[in-house]
Amino acid sequence: MATQTADEALPKFRRSYRPAPLQALSVAFVAILAVWLIGNLVTEPSHWVYLLLQGLTYGMVYALIALGYSLVYGILELINFAHGDVFMLGAMMTTTLVGAFGLGVHGSVLVWILPMLIIVAVFTGALNTFIEVVAYRPLRGAPRLAPLITAIGISFILQTVGLVWKGPAPVSIRDNILPSGQIFRIGDGNFAWNQLIVFIVTLPTLVLLVWLVQKTKQGKAMRAVAQDKDAAAIMGIDVNRTISFTFLIAGLLAGFAGVIYALFVTNVQFDTGFRLGLFAFTAAVLGGIGNLPGAVLGALCIGLIEQFNNGLTWHTPGTDWTNTIIFAILILILVFRPEGLLGERTPEGG
Amino acid sequence: MRFLSELWANRRNVGALWWRGLGELGLPRDRFHSLPGWQQRAAKVALGGAVAFLVSVVVNTLERFFGQGASGSIVTFDRSAYIAFAVVALLLIPEWKALPVLPLKLVIPGALLVGGVAGLVTGLATDNTRNGVIASVGTVLALAAPPWLAGGAHEHVPLPARRMPVGRKVVPLAALALAITFPYYAPHMFTIPVFGAFPSVETAVYMLVFIMMAVGLNVVVGYAGLLDLGYVAFYAMGAYTAAWFASLQFPQTKIHFGAIGIDPNLEGIHITPWLLFALAGVLTAIIGVIIGLPTLRLRGDYLAIVTLGFGEIMPQVARNGNDLGGFNLTGGPQGITPIDAPGFGNHLAKWTDGFLPSNYLTTGSANAFYWTALLILLFTIFCSIRLRDSRLGRAWVAIREDEVAASAMGVPLMRTKTWAYACGAFFGGIAGAYFAAYKSSTFPQDFFFNISVFILCMVILGGMGNIWGVILGAAFLAYLNQEGLANTGAWLNQHFSTNIDVPEYSGGIYGVIIVVIMLLRPQGLIPSARRKRELELGTHDEPAYDVAH
Repeated sequence: MATQTADEALPKFRRSYRPAPLQALSVAFVAILAVWLIGNLVTEPSHWVYLLLQGLTYGMVYALIALGYSLVYGILELINFAHGDVFMLGAMMTTTLVGAFGLGVHGSVLVWILPMLIIVAVFTGALNTFIEVVAYRPLRGAPRLAPLITAIGISFILQTVGLVWKGPAPVSIRDNILPSGQIFRIGDGNFAWNQLIVFIVTLPTLVLLVWLVQKTKQGKAMRAVAQDKDAAAIMGIDVNRTISFTFLIAGLLAGFAGVIYALFVTNVQFDTGFRLGLFAFTAAVLGGIGNLPGAVLGALCIGLIEQFNNGLTWHTPGTDWTNTIIFAILILILVFRPEGLLGERTPEGG
Repeated sequence: MRFLSELWANRRNVGALWWRGLGELGLPRDRFHSLPGWQQRAAKVALGGAVAFLVSVVVNTLERFFGQGASGSIVTFDRSAYIAFAVVALLLIPEWKALPVLPLKLVIPGALLVGGVAGLVTGLATDNTRNGVIASVGTVLALAAPPWLAGGAHEHVPLPARRMPVGRKVVPLAALALAITFPYYAPHMFTIPVFGAFPSVETAVYMLVFIMMAVGLNVVVGYAGLLDLGYVAFYAMGAYTAAWFASLQFPQTKIHFGAIGIDPNLEGIHITPWLLFALAGVLTAIIGVIIGLPTLRLRGDYLAIVTLGFGEIMPQVARNGNDLGGFNLTGGPQGITPIDAPGFGNHLAKWTDGFLPSNYLTTGSANAFYWTALLILLFTIFCSIRLRDSRLGRAWVAIREDEVAASAMGVPLMRTKTWAYACGAFFGGIAGAYFAAYKSSTFPQDFFFNISVFILCMVILGGMGNIWGVILGAAFLAYLNQEGLANTGAWLNQHFSTNIDVPEYSGGIYGVIIVVIMLLRPQGLIPSARRKRELELGTHDEPAYDVAH
């Protein structure tokens, strides 16, 4: 032990070093994936297209959640474990509102969806900001793992809130609240109105978010704080307020996701948020955490993987293995390409 | 009374006489004090035993003269009482030389207290009140007499001022004595208010297993500062190791090795559980290294997520593992049951008169499981403490505090971290294997994420890095999980006529504990001094390996 070679003792800062076998392996992996996808496309093309559309739709919902992870990570370098559960409470709130508005019985969803989005988003945004102020702000100077552990605690608390609120059984709402008439059709693949509504809500939200981060003064403050808190403070930016604002935005996104998820999937359980939160986090990591377009790209990938794996039949592991596959992707990405597909960035890169 | 007061007044002379007597025997006072601690302690125990013997003779004599129909010898030799007394006294009595420097007004209440505990434990252990009284009186006298007598010769030998090692020795040893005798007194104990019944021996086994796991996780999280959110994967690995190699899981084969009490014609793999506990530890440690090697270069929060991923994959593999290409590896949702119980076989059981049971599951009580678990836990604690104070342990702390500085000082980062992982996994594997053998079954739902957080909560509650705090936190939370929450719920529902299923909300309760501890007392209930300082002053926890920046 006494004599260590310098080689062992010094960390190797090899930023983009990738051994050749690894490269070959990843190429092989992609090739197998392509063969699998094409094979399935040949076996049942129409179902494949249906799953593609379905996967993209789910992916859009995951994107809203993943952006929340990415935003918060970008500014605080904190994996906000509780984010998925904030989303879950938003979805729970939606099921309550659906009952309160009498949707599916006499109200029309197209009239009520906007007020519903606003109410739920305000709720989740306020909740997320509250969590930040109460639980994370006091730990600003603490070791890096302290807020992470706290976030796990908050996640468990929020799950229990959902459990007390709605009980252990899944909460279901009527499944034709969103109109499900078909818009267009490719073979067997139906693109229905409810899927379109998901896109109608999520796409403008994403555009709005990019505009907020890129063009507004507040967005500039967020990017500055993400880059260097001390310097930002010297420049007169209220760091705490900016961080709270980021949590507010993340909460709003989670609220939107909650409404869309509840209406589209029509089925929420108290631990939905934990599972989908991990999916969304995987998406954020896959795209490159802190990188907003990356989060969307990663989320679409995860949505596709989930739907293809659940629905396809030709050499497919099936639903039982979905979690394993997604977490395996998470592990592989973190181990071999921690910067993600598009590269890790803080919001300064947008 | 008069005799006693005269004795008291002349205690200096009595003391001088005592020491002179010892000197005549070739053991003058200063020489006595130069003896090793264990010899002094043995002398003290002998003195206590002699006193206890005299007391028993006196009691028996009195009984004979004043009791009704008492007969028989005045010298009753109750072996179990003396053995129990000797064990308790050896554990409880501090080294003699620590005592004379204390003032008498401290020594006598102290002696009474220790004597009371010793008497209680001895009495309960032998289930005989008189044994308890005798042990108590013997201990009190053995403790109080030397300093009292020492008054006579105090000026001759100035003793080095030394404090009684309360925190370091007396408390752990007293706790150990209480733990060893637990199955004897547990059924007679009081009911804890609100929390309900005193933990049963079955619950105590559960608590011990979870303490083992918490101590193991403490190596990873507390010492090395690596947040492991998938510790349950190691626990599962250990449990399935025990299940694979000591059950009917693989009927295609027939391998027997040292399995006592198993029909030699039974199919499946049957390896003796004693070997399996060690094997499970080693195998799990290897798994820990395999998981650790690629992941440990990640920075802390990424590492947490990767371990969480492993922790999520593990139960799913266990659940879907009944059809891996047609091969039944894990029994799927039905799990693997039954698992061979540990035991010593009929021969040893007969020879030791049932002290070593032939089969743990058929003894009808959990006592054997309890003592074995205690033994494994002691081994775990011993290893953990030795590791902490070793060169490796100091390297862990160095990495925890400042990775860059540690690596600059020549600490090999990867190797040190991987060792932390392997050690933590080793203990987790043993605990898992033992727990599987205890329950004689293993199911995928035993290994969900909330168990990982549950164990993490134990470490955080007790105080990361402090082994005694972790033990305390783990014991408390495991009790809460197994009995306490249900009892508390029943109590609440009864007193406030509510209808709450408290155990269902256990996750939220652990969440509250984690958040409150992290916000209000991040160093835990019993902080390690070093950890506390780190939390106050902050650490430089920028990782040395950071891929993305």
